[in-house]
Amino acid sequence: MLFQLLSFLIIFPLCIAALAFINRKASAFAPLVYTGAGMLILASLMLLSIPLGGKTVMIPAHITWAEPVILISEIAISAFLLFLALKRKDIVVSSLVVASAGLLFWFYFGPGHAAHAENNLFLDPFSVIMGLIVGMIGSLIAVYAVGYMKDFCKHHREIPDRRPVFFGIIFLFLSAMFGVCFSNNLFWLFFFWEITTVCSFLLIGYKGDEPSVKNAFGALRWNMLGGLAFLVGIIYLYMSTGTVELDKALQLPKAVVLLPVVLISFAGMTKSAQLPFSSWLVGAMVAPTPVSALLHSSTMVKAGVYIVLKFAPVLEGTLAGFVVALIGILTFLMGSFICISQTDAKKVLAYSTIANLGLIILCAGVGTYEAVWAGILLIIFHAIAKGLLFLCVGVVEHTIGSRRIEDMSGLIMRMPRVSVMMQVGIAGMFLAPFGMLISKWAVLKALLDYNPFLALFLVFGSSATLFFWVKWIGKLLVIDRPYQKLEAKVSKDQMFALGTLTVLTILMCGFFSHVANTMIEPYVFMIYGKQMEMSAGNVTTMGIMLTMVALFPFSFLDSSRKVKITDAYLAGANTGERSHQFTSSLGGVKDMALKNYYLEDHFPEARLMGLGVGLAILLCVALAVIGGVGCL
Amino acid sequence: MSLITGFLFVVIAPLVGGLLSGIDRKLTARMQGRIGPPLLQPFYDVEKLFQKENLVARHTQNLYMEFFFVMTIFTGALFFSGGDLLLVIFSLTLAGVFFALGGYKASSPYSFIGAQRETLQMMAYEPAVLLVAVGMYMVTKSFQVADIIAYPKPLILDLPGFFLAFFFILAIKFRKSPFDLSTSHHAHQELVKGITTEFSGRTLALIEIAHWYEYVFVLGIGYLFFAWNMWIGLVVTFFLFELIIIIDNAAARVRWQWMVGGAWIIALIAGMGNILYLMLRH
Amino acid sequence: MGALSKSPWIIHYDGSSCNGCDIEVLAVLMPRFDLERFGVVNTGNPKHADILLLTGSINHQNAPIVKSIYDQMPEPKVVMAVGICATSGGIFRECYNVLGGADKVVPVDIYVPGCAVRPEALIDAAVQAVGLLDKKRAAALAAEKEKE
Repeated sequence: MLFQLLSFLIIFPLCIAALAFINRKASAFAPLVYTGAGMLILASLMLLSIPLGGKTVMIPAHITWAEPVILISEIAISAFLLFLALKRKDIVVSSLVVASAGLLFWFYFGPGHAAHAENNLFLDPFSVIMGLIVGMIGSLIAVYAVGYMKDFCKHHREIPDRRPVFFGIIFLFLSAMFGVCFSNNLFWLFFFWEITTVCSFLLIGYKGDEPSVKNAFGALRWNMLGGLAFLVGIIYLYMSTGTVELDKALQLPKAVVLLPVVLISFAGMTKSAQLPFSSWLVGAMVAPTPVSALLHSSTMVKAGVYIVLKFAPVLEGTLAGFVVALIGILTFLMGSFICISQTDAKKVLAYSTIANLGLIILCAGVGTYEAVWAGILLIIFHAIAKGLLFLCVGVVEHTIGSRRIEDMSGLIMRMPRVSVMMQVGIAGMFLAPFGMLISKWAVLKALLDYNPFLALFLVFGSSATLFFWVKWIGKLLVIDRPYQKLEAKVSKDQMFALGTLTVLTILMCGFFSHVANTMIEPYVFMIYGKQMEMSAGNVTTMGIMLTMVALFPFSFLDSSRKVKITDAYLAGANTGERSHQFTSSLGGVKDMALKNYYLEDHFPEARLMGLGVGLAILLCVALAVIGGVGCL
Repeated sequence: MSLITGFLFVVIAPLVGGLLSGIDRKLTARMQGRIGPPLLQPFYDVEKLFQKENLVARHTQNLYMEFFFVMTIFTGALFFSGGDLLLVIFSLTLAGVFFALGGYKASSPYSFIGAQRETLQMMAYEPAVLLVAVGMYMVTKSFQVADIIAYPKPLILDLPGFFLAFFFILAIKFRKSPFDLSTSHHAHQELVKGITTEFSGRTLALIEIAHWYEYVFVLGIGYLFFAWNMWIGLVVTFFLFELIIIIDNAAARVRWQWMVGGAWIIALIAGMGNILYLMLRH
Repeated sequence: MGALSKSPWIIHYDGSSCNGCDIEVLAVLMPRFDLERFGVVNTGNPKHADILLLTGSINHQNAPIVKSIYDQMPEPKVVMAVGICATSGGIFRECYNVLGGADKVVPVDIYVPGCAVRPEALIDAAVQAVGLLDKKRAAALAAEKEKE
């Protein structure tokens, strides 16, 4: 039953992808996507019904044709990438492709000929969580994408309509993500990992224009480098210990597995766009917004932190773990600071994604039970809230024709429902009692028991996040001229996805202690044998806060309050549209303009990024040295 | 420390806060060579505001301030009932966010710039406030205010650095010179009244009362450093407040760069030094 | 005495005054006279103010501004015309650009003549103004009751 469910989750999206590739009629794919998404949501919800009892369930899943299929697919992918890279004369990418394909070949037909995994698939509470995120949020984003891509084609007539291919890749990606979450055989994991890289590459380059292709190759470069490190890590693991299985590797003594774990963590950090590799994720924002939401914030980049968190018990208490934690906190700090000076909403989201992934990497590097608990919580809340925010920005961009935050003033009048959902998403990112803040709180507690100096940096990063999120919400509320309602333009499926994610954000916040107790707790307990304490008093307090915040929208219903509306104070010089226009000192009528602070001089993107990359390269060198010394 | 003290805070804090505000007015006047208003003047002001008409520039702007009021009371009550210090700080942030959003929503240039600066102020004081919680946790091994107060030794001896950082941000939190950037009680006319420009009548009264609650709550955090002896704690806290008023009258407003930079650098250096001190000692 | 009379907040608008009266207005807030003894605060914001204190004559340019500041003050409110220019236009009365005193655009409650106005007169006017504030509130309450 379990095997069937897991293989269904991996193979079913693959079938949908195949159907989309075969039947390229524009009318056919919308129902296909809806059905596929619906089935995936149901199937991933069924993961919850499996009684794990706080244990890892191993599934042998010996499929005779799996190995050759994987090998042939790897060859095909490598050939395809090599072809594209050579066509573009990208030497770095082509050599990386050749290196990893060559290494894989050498291994398969050389020392790894007899490599055999006892269990190819597995399921534990953590992979249930990941599966749910991929299934639920991934499917919702796919549904959203149907309406979005329709508008997208209208807005970009110069780009040929290749929507069936687009959705084919999306479902292929979902299949690969399930594969990543459930694979116990590290070679399978690596295979799915590479597929997500390729999907990301293809989707970033979807528009086909020069910036897209350039950024697609930029992303490919770092991810291939990570992939190579991953491969070297697995091969080293096999050569030194004779196992290619995740669960077995975790049970080996730390000293033996440290180098492979460092290599795989390195791969995870490239995938999660940690410094010094962060630039690819910012560049990836040229892709259509559902892609940014799905791959570059909610799911694919989570694969990176997933694998590092998985190995957190190995990293715990080691110097390598400390360096990983340093890279995480550095990324968090720089990402948060850079967000302050960004006017492009998608770039704010990109940098804040990088920052939050940094926080999760920090948790993994710390590796104590509290940190892992906090890290998993962060993954859940971030996936939902950030997915929601990306989708909101996508809708807004298509409706008002801009994604600059400065152009979003008065959104509360123009698109009331979308702007409220956006506010929920933003609140979910930083405000008590919403999810991310609970997680940050847990991170802080974990850090204090580990190394208080890291906590020192955390508080600065977190106050920067406070600043840029508040000014964003503020901008949505400001009414600096009379506005008209535009919301009718948003299609139903987009609204459905937005609404569901909003409800999920709020529900997760309301039931967070339940989620933590039934889903995260068993995993942490299984690994560490320790229980994360959440005092009942605090949960109650948080409940009260949530109730109060939830009451806030209702206060708008009370329209009978005694207020008299007058003009805004413009030093008495109000004229024309009296709250928005004034007589200037030269006598003419001027429009009022309200602009946010971006503090570009104090938080310059290029300089902070440069600093971050420089420091992170030093840390990476340190990590390499530690890993190297560890294996000697 | 229990629900009873939390409830007492809700009842008594506005009286204490209003009185402190009256002392502030009186002391300020004396420093300027004036006689000054009666001690109870802040209460008269608030009573008057309740009798005035409630004017708004945007229909729903007052709702944010009402929630600021409620959340501020909640924050203080949570603190005084001995709750988790981190949660208290997050709740404080939530209240502050509502306050800033009210200013944004009012959409006049003055309230808008006030709201921006209020947000900057929040960014400036947040690290120091969180670090206070961090330091207290390092010494007492608990975030619960009740446990921190019950700690038998004076925390100030263990946490001088954190106290310095906290003292620096006190003026920011009280919105006093040199850090009265978002709104001011004095006649700094270029801002008009900053974030509260568009609020009048009952809503302005609520904002004023919320600030009284804030006074007491923030001084309560200061009290924690001296909590091993209640009387010394109370006296020192009172002098802290007086000191802030004296600085308020002696200093000119600084630019935001100085505020954020100063608060952050002091929090960073003092915090780091103090953490080092605590780690070396153990 | 009602609450209104204990805390009169002022907004001071300088129409086209020669600054003589404005100096006196500031003087009454200073140590020598200290109007804050009666709770007077110079708010500089019509939304917070109870008393509109006008100095200088009204001309074509500042008339709409005085009107909109008055409109932006919450009820109950009192207008004080301070100095001879604000009460009647003063020596500028016949100028081509001058409309006259403050009562050309807003209903003035208290006239405080003088050139420049004496601080003692200003204090006297402030005391009268607070009395008026209470009266206006009582009148407004009575009118509301009648309506019901």
